[in-house]
This record gives sequence, C-alpha cells and structure tokens, in this order.
Amino acid sequence: MSLETASRAPLTFTRHVPPGAYRLLAAIVLALALTFASDVFPTWGNLLNVLRQTALLFLIASGLTLVILTAGLDLSVGANVALSACLAASVIKGAGSPWLGVLVGVGCGSLVGLFNGTLVTLLRIPSFIATYGTMWILTGITYYYMGGETIHGFPPGFRQFGIGYLFGIPIPVYVMILFLAIGTFFAERTVWGRQVYAVGANPEAARLSGVPVERRLLLVYAVSGAMAGLASLIILARINSAQGDLGEDLTLPAIAAVLIGGTSLFGGSGTVSGTLIGALILTLVVNGMNLLQINASWQPLATGVIVLLAVWIDIATRRDTD
Amino acid sequence: MTAQAMRQGVSLLARIPGVAIVLALLIVGFTLANPNFATPGNIANLLVQSTLLTLLALPTTVVIMTEGLDLSIGAVLTLASIALALTVVATGSAALGILAGLAVGLGFGLLNGVLVASLNLPPFIATLGTLGIAQGLSLVVTDGQSVVGIPSSIERIYSGTLLGIPVPILLAAAAYGVVHVLLYRTRFGVAVFALGGNREALRLAGVSDRAMLIAVYALSGLIAGFAALLMTARLNAAHPTAGLGLEFDAIAAVAVGGTSFERGNGWLFGSLLGVIAVGVLRNGLNLAAVPSSTQVACIGALVIVALFIDALRSRA
Repeated sequence: MSLETASRAPLTFTRHVPPGAYRLLAAIVLALALTFASDVFPTWGNLLNVLRQTALLFLIASGLTLVILTAGLDLSVGANVALSACLAASVIKGAGSPWLGVLVGVGCGSLVGLFNGTLVTLLRIPSFIATYGTMWILTGITYYYMGGETIHGFPPGFRQFGIGYLFGIPIPVYVMILFLAIGTFFAERTVWGRQVYAVGANPEAARLSGVPVERRLLLVYAVSGAMAGLASLIILARINSAQGDLGEDLTLPAIAAVLIGGTSLFGGSGTVSGTLIGALILTLVVNGMNLLQINASWQPLATGVIVLLAVWIDIATRRDTD
Repeated sequence: MTAQAMRQGVSLLARIPGVAIVLALLIVGFTLANPNFATPGNIANLLVQSTLLTLLALPTTVVIMTEGLDLSIGAVLTLASIALALTVVATGSAALGILAGLAVGLGFGLLNGVLVASLNLPPFIATLGTLGIAQGLSLVVTDGQSVVGIPSSIERIYSGTLLGIPVPILLAAAAYGVVHVLLYRTRFGVAVFALGGNREALRLAGVSDRAMLIAVYALSGLIAGFAALLMTARLNAAHPTAGLGLEFDAIAAVAVGGTSFERGNGWLFGSLLGVIAVGVLRNGLNLAAVPSSTQVACIGALVIVALFIDALRSRA
C-alpha cells in the first residue's frame, strides 16, 4: 500500500503510520505464529493454497468493498455465487462451450446486482433488507433449478481457471492481482470512483455537487454482482462440480474481509487493497484452524467474532478521530 | 357528486391496510386453486403451524420499530432448542430444560443489546455476527447431530389441547397479549416508538435510550428462547440447523404487515396478519407440492409486492 492511498484514508491510529501497515503487520505476525505452530504451514504447497483461497475470497469481497464504500451492504453475494455457478455449469455441460458459460456466469451475477441496485435506488429499500431478501430469492431459484442434482466434470481447458499454474503460481492469483489493479485504479483514479466515495461520505452533499447518486449506486451493486459471478466460475473450475448449497458459507467471510481490510461500514472510507489484506488475514485464520485440526464447526463462530471485532475497531477509531 | 363518491371510495380503499388485501387475494387464490385448502382440518393445521412464526414476528416487529434488526433470532432459537433438549435429556426435568432455553435466548438478546446500544454497532451487522456465533455453537455442541430422546411431557406442548384449543395457539395468543400490552400500554412501549421516531426526545425526557434498546433486544432473545420450547416440542428433537433462516420468514411477515424499516412506524396486529399471510402462502404451496426452497423465493416476491404497494400508496 502506498503512502498516497493511506493519506486519503481518514482512519489513522497515529498521524504518521498508514493504517494499512498495521493490518499487513497483523497478517505477517499471524503467518509467523502459524509457522511455529504447524510444520505443514510453511510448505510451498500450503502457501500456494492460502494464496489461492485468498484470491477467491478477494474477488467476492472486492466488489462488495465498493458497495460498503457507499454505506450499503450486499448480503446476497454468496447466494449470487451459487446461482451463477449452477447456471454457468449447466451451460458449459449443455452447450459444451466454456466461453458461453463464462458469459452466463458473469451475466447472471451482473443482472442480480442490477436487481439489488434497482431495489435500493428505485424502491428505496435499505440495502441490507433488499439484498437479504434477494439472498433468499436466489437461494430458492437455485434449489428449484438444481432439484437436488449435482453438475460435475468440466472440460480441462476451463478447469485451468481454478487449478492451473503459470510460472508456478496458481492462475486465480493472477486474476486477483488483475482485479486488485483494476479496482484500485477505478476507486482512486477515476471520476466515477471518487464519486463512489462521495456518495458514501455524504449522499446529500454528493447530490448537490452534481454526482448522479442513483446511477453510481446502481453501478456498485452491478459490479458486486459481476464479481460474484466471476468468482463463481473460478470456484466451479476449482472444485469441478456445482450444487445448490455452493455459496452458503461465503457471505459472512466476504463481509469480514472487507471490514478487517479497514473499509468503514458507514461509507466513504476504505481501499480495495485493504480488502486484499483482510482476505489474507481471514484465510490465514481458517487455514491455521484447519492445520491445527480444529473442528470446522468452529469456523462460523470464529468468523462471527472477527466481524464483530472489526466493526467495533471501526467504530472505536472513528470516535477517536471525530 | 360522482367525483365525490369516487373520492370517498378511493379514500376508503386507501384506509384498508395493504396486508389485508394481500391476505384476501392469497386466500381466494388458493381456495380456487386447490379444493383441499379451505377445509377445517387444513385451516386448523395452518393456524397451529403459524404459532412458531408468530412468536418470532412479535419481537421482530418491536426491534424493527426501533430502526433495528435481529438477524440472529433463527440461530438463537436453534441454539436455545439444543440447550433445552440437552438439559431435558440430561436431567429429566422439563422445567430445567425450559429454563435453559430461556437463559440462552436471554443471554444472546443481552449480547445483541450491548453490541447495538453500548458499542454502537449497526444492528444488522451486530446480529449477523451473533448469528454466526450461535450457529457455530450449535454445530460445536452437537457435532452436527440431532438431540433425540425428548420426554413426552415436552412433545405434548405442541400436540396437546386445553379446553379444545391447541396449546401452541394458546401460547402464541398469550405472547401476543403480553407484547401488545408492553407496546401500547407501558412506558417501555412509548420508548420503543420514540427509539424509532425521535431518540432525542427520549433522551430529553430523561429516559435512558441505551437501557431501553438493550431491553428491546433482550426481549427478542427471550421470546426466541420461549419459541425454542415450541420448536423442540414440534420436532420432538433438537437439530443444529432446524431454525436457521426463520428470521427471514419473521422479517417478511413484519414487512408484509406494514411495519416500516424507517421512522419507527409499526403495527403489531399487522404483523399477525403478515404471519398468517406467510403461513397461507407456505401452506398453499405445500399443497401444490412446491419445494420449501422455492417457497422462500415466493415469500421474497410477496414482500417486494407488499413494499411496492406501500410505496405506491404513500406516494398517492
């Protein structure tokens, strides 16, 4: 994280250290602790596994970051991943064309995002209620469409998206770096991106200074949906099967990654690169729990506690700077 | 003259709550679609099945009136049901089991209240976090298995009758009465309306808004703990995923019932009608052999239709 982006973020623990540095430090300390606690952790295979998981979580959380920057929330990302993956899977199997499947997956995700954006802007339903309703509607559609079936076995070319390597690094990691660059450039360097921050910081002020608030809101929900659609394809390529409950445990970790990454729930402050560090920290925690053979049942509990802690830190630091 | 009559007709129509229209349409639709719907046996069944949702919708109405939300209520209900079942199986005492369920509900309610009122966490994110915690604890405690061997004294609470009326209906009616009195006849109720509408006025009146908000979430948890008794009795077991997602039905019923997510406008009786509307929808779709997951999508659509009608009416 450059000093320049850090200086834009109003949340600072002290005046001179960029807040992202603390989060990066936390990730490094966590990794060092795991190195001492487990012999398997520092192996090349496991580290690549951590990176691959981080990439998946980041892709979902990066779109969500934009939504949270506008002081909104998208609770439907997990259900969106499930529906997009199932539709894409059946197209890839049915039409035999991975590219058509990619189009359907990203297209379905984007449409769901536009639907959320419409509920929020046109019907003026609070975003957490609207996307919560969408989450259940999507889950219903997915289960109805799949009818309890599993679709599995995709062409090897498509599967490279999820399991392939380039110069020894998993391909999803390249996708992650690509979208980190796109997301950071969009948020920090484009007019539309700065307008997203403005909408989150003070929608009324943004409107009065000529920002098309509704259109920017529609945009961030559509992007969040599109990223869920894209992530669904990589998950599909990686696990080689699609079923209705695919996205069940993805929403809470994605929200956690954004919040740990320092994006404020109250809008207007945060970075896409912070979300990457958030995704890394959360992935390290889950990876560590797996390596230390802690029952997987503890994971939702741990994620819940982490979400509460992250929001509490957000609020406590805001109070200090106010 | 005709214009005046028409205007009167429109204003009369505008005074009929949207939820009554939705409910009437659903009942007429399912009666026409399926001869088995409007039978006494099915109606009785529908009402008994709606009691659990009634218990959840009552506190959800109160929480939403404070411009809050309790997403954890389904997961807390599940954990309370597990605590109840484990205690009953271990001690053989139904009373201790019921107390354990209530304690778990109250504990999580207080936790939610402290997170929201004292630490100022936004309600939807605070209760999303405690949802994860309650769900995780349910899985950890049971290792993903059902708790069985519930004594028949518990099971009879769901299947029994008193003076010819099913016990669940009596319990739900009692809970409705209590929440109605709390909301419309006590200072707590006045505070609830003020928490959603005008928090500053509450503070100026010398009432601790923080304590009242904690009480609201504690009530939500406590009633979820009480509802655990009904759910455990109905299933004759406790299962670590049994109540997950029920918060959606509760929020949907409250939204259909006309309680608004902003400005603290709430209507408890509307929530009861909303519960019956959701119950009728689920029952009618069950008769049409529509799978449960698809019913959820239909409930979501119902909410959007109801919110849309309300948006149109408020604009007109």
